[in-house]
Amino acid sequence: MNTDKVVVAMSGGVDSSVAAALLEQQGYEVIGMMLRLWSEAGREDSNRCCTPDAMTQARRVAALLDIPFYVVDAKEIFRSTVVQYFLDGYAQGVTPNPCLICNRAIRWDFMLDHALALGAEFLATGHYARKMKDESGKMKLLRAVDASKDQSYVLHGLTQEKLAKTLFPIGDYPKSEVRRLAESFGLPTATRADSQDLCFLAGEDYREFLRRNAPGICKPGPIVSRDGQVLGEHQGLAYYTIGQRKGLGIASSQPLYVLAKELATNSLIVGREAELGRSELAAEDVNWIAGQPPAASFRAQVKIRYTASDAPAEVSLMDGEQARVRFDAPQRGVTPGQAAVFYAGEVLLGGGIIV
Amino acid sequence: MIYLDYAATTPVAPRVLDAMLPYFREDFGNPSSVHRYGQRAEAALDSARETVASALNCRPDEVIFTSCGSESDNLALRGAALAMQEKTGANWILTSRAEHHAVSKTAEQLEKHYGFQVEWLNVDESGMVHPETVEEAVCHETAIVSVMYANNEIGTINPIREIAEVCHEHGVLFHTDAVQAAAYLPVDVDSLGVDMLSLGAHKFYGPKGVGALYVRKGTPLVPSQTGGGQEFQLRAGTQNVPYIVGFAEAFWLTNEEREERTAHVKPLRDRIVGTVLEEIPNVRLTGHPINRLPNHCSFALEGVDGNLLLTLLDAAGFACSSGSACKTGNPEPSDVLTSLGLPRVWALGSLRVTLGVGTTIADVDAFSKTLPPLVEKARILATDKNR
Repeated sequence: MNTDKVVVAMSGGVDSSVAAALLEQQGYEVIGMMLRLWSEAGREDSNRCCTPDAMTQARRVAALLDIPFYVVDAKEIFRSTVVQYFLDGYAQGVTPNPCLICNRAIRWDFMLDHALALGAEFLATGHYARKMKDESGKMKLLRAVDASKDQSYVLHGLTQEKLAKTLFPIGDYPKSEVRRLAESFGLPTATRADSQDLCFLAGEDYREFLRRNAPGICKPGPIVSRDGQVLGEHQGLAYYTIGQRKGLGIASSQPLYVLAKELATNSLIVGREAELGRSELAAEDVNWIAGQPPAASFRAQVKIRYTASDAPAEVSLMDGEQARVRFDAPQRGVTPGQAAVFYAGEVLLGGGIIV
Repeated sequence: MIYLDYAATTPVAPRVLDAMLPYFREDFGNPSSVHRYGQRAEAALDSARETVASALNCRPDEVIFTSCGSESDNLALRGAALAMQEKTGANWILTSRAEHHAVSKTAEQLEKHYGFQVEWLNVDESGMVHPETVEEAVCHETAIVSVMYANNEIGTINPIREIAEVCHEHGVLFHTDAVQAAAYLPVDVDSLGVDMLSLGAHKFYGPKGVGALYVRKGTPLVPSQTGGGQEFQLRAGTQNVPYIVGFAEAFWLTNEEREERTAHVKPLRDRIVGTVLEEIPNVRLTGHPINRLPNHCSFALEGVDGNLLLTLLDAAGFACSSGSACKTGNPEPSDVLTSLGLPRVWALGSLRVTLGVGTTIADVDAFSKTLPPLVEKARILATDKNR
């Protein structure tokens, strides 16, 4: 039996509810916590992560499990870190992934600090991922047992110190089993539709959010081909993503795709489908779960988006916290601002932000 | 867990519960019924009313039972305002900036939907309403003045008798919300000179869901809830007999034990105030230092998220409250603390500690030992949050 205190990040959904129930069953003293995140004024009811509805649901689950439940205000820090990162990213011509910064600066910093202040030994989440201690006492981050639900990608920024204080109670179970467990615990089993929308967009297109919150960053400019031919005008680089085909408004003999964004000239580079593939990328701010890379150069499976499949590649260290990735076969959709995450089989080695 | 939130609510006293129980099962009748079931229920109701009247020093037919303190406030304010508007055309309502929402939101609704104008009386930095402030504002167009007896958030006691005198010199009705006060202050309506006074049982070891309004004979009042003729045509609906019996028992007990209870909580309260002011930097007592409820202390802590402090306290085993009680983690300073002129960084860090008959010196010492390091933690986390 475990007698340690653990704070569970609860969303009201089935995953974090089952996480809390499992920990309670294992004998931990469980405390539920939810963060009140930032939403645009007047849209607080739609923030995917902390609507009054989600809060009521989480509170109900906590009552069913007979555990205390607290809501902690994180509006200001969420705005000044996560939302600002999102706006800055688009201003710099990349496609930022604010969930990564949320996990680093909000969940495994702000929230972990609050958990520790409450006297907890651990922060637990409902992520589909696993951690393991190896023979030398090092913490390893592993993919979830349920590969189709694996969320380790967004956790690549964790350090040894943070992993040691983290629990992923449902990473060992397939989703179907989690739902079955919820039933056996008498917990609500409804799942919110899996959504990759950002919580603070409140279900809206990110372009609308940018129009309101960063009107200055969306300046029209030229759409050009690789050889510098001007083909049309774009509405602002932030409105386009790498690999996008629709909405370019260019008459052309064959379909054109967004290949790149050039901030210096405010140009949107387009080309044919065959030009989409890239055989290498550079990543910065690379974090190694083990604290250091496995070797100066090593083979790995690399994921370039949350939803991407593994691509075999050679990873080599560069100066600073940079790494270069050479894919065995060209990859489509290599997008600056998203993370490149390196795996050796089940083990997540590390990752960084694509430049 | 140590409960230090008696201003929020209190446990039902064992003898109060015992008094209530027969009226759920054996004597379950409707007091309006002709038969003997009804007669027994009505007898219990009458007896409860007499008990309450004697504790209030008024006539039984001046006691109206309601569902809670908030309902009593609503009935008093809306009922008298509408009646006076009809009778004399008076359309001003005077009330303070530090009232409970049961009064202030009702006043706002009367302004928005019923053609009244509200004059918000200023309070001093302790949250007190001065009779002179009322004197300056009151006039023949005033329909009603409402000023609370003691403040729930900051404990300050208002000079009710003096304010009532001012109102009566101008021939204006005066209501006081005594929901928080009644657990510790004498509520002799004759000596206070009020026209209406609101009570709620769960603040003095009675059950939740039952309240009362004292209405001086002859006070014009339009009922808020219409229907049957219960409660002297002023509050329709079958009386909640077991709860009314509980109200009466709890209120009687409170009057009996007032001095004893005060003597128990006041030194313990003073002990907490002493430690907090001595051991925690950048803290101040909110509300009046002396003229305050004897079981009540409240503080403003600079640079602390009040809700977070409550969370830390709860996890450490202490149940307290903040001025801006809010479980959704959406901190906003309370209207009351804002009315005192406290800067936002202070008003957000509010803490209310209220004691009761169950509080021991060991509880108080444990609390005084736990609080300072938790405030320190909360301040570190707040710096974290705003970096």
